[in-house]
Amino acid sequence: MNSTTSSSHPRAATPGRKLDLRARNHPAWWAFLVHRLSGLALAFFLPAHFWALGTALNGAERFESFLAVTRSPGFVFAEWGLVTLLAAHLIGGVRLLLIEFRPWSGLRKDLIALTAGGAFVIGMAFALSLTL
Amino acid sequence: MKRAFDAWWVQRLSAMVLTLCVAIHLATMVWVVHGGLRAVDVIARLHGNLAWAMFYAIFVIAAALHVPVGLRRIADEWLNWRGAWAARASVLVGVGLVLAGLRAVYALIAGVPA
Repeated sequence: MNSTTSSSHPRAATPGRKLDLRARNHPAWWAFLVHRLSGLALAFFLPAHFWALGTALNGAERFESFLAVTRSPGFVFAEWGLVTLLAAHLIGGVRLLLIEFRPWSGLRKDLIALTAGGAFVIGMAFALSLTL
Repeated sequence: MKRAFDAWWVQRLSAMVLTLCVAIHLATMVWVVHGGLRAVDVIARLHGNLAWAMFYAIFVIAAALHVPVGLRRIADEWLNWRGAWAARASVLVGVGLVLAGLRAVYALIAGVPA
């Protein structure tokens, strides 16, 4: 667990420590990267999402004028991307919880595959359901 | 050590709550975008609905707990930013998210009716 190293940070002081890219060309590393980047994207999206929904305080018309802007192709594409990232973060997060809290060991590569497949399917379900 | 341990648990417990919330949210999104998303429909579905109010309030609080811990870990590992000010900044992010999120929930549940 990273939490055990956060107070002393020995990794920053390890001499001769080099980046070994072989350690990164692995499904579990890609799963980590997708989880981190999707989390980061969602964290930056949330304030905008809350602000947009907050426009409803001034009535449906004000909210509708915002929604009208989001019907442009760029917005719709970004929405689909965020839905896919949210699904990936959800399923990837469940994988982490299962590894940490269930009596299983290993990297659960089957769950990495499920994350990729599940995110794709949920993203496609959203895209197919869209009515522009 | 103790605080890092606490953050670890905050992240996991909020993740467990979010698992259910996000699953419902994804299903709701796929459902409501069908036929086009209209402000009047969204407000009509949510206005005065206490069940949705509870759901979204729990969702917002869980997300506001989950996001700052994740951002702090990224700041630590990728930016080498840690210590008291990183902790304070993450708390500020959490407070900001919970206020903005609950304001949005209030707007949709108790704002101007459709």
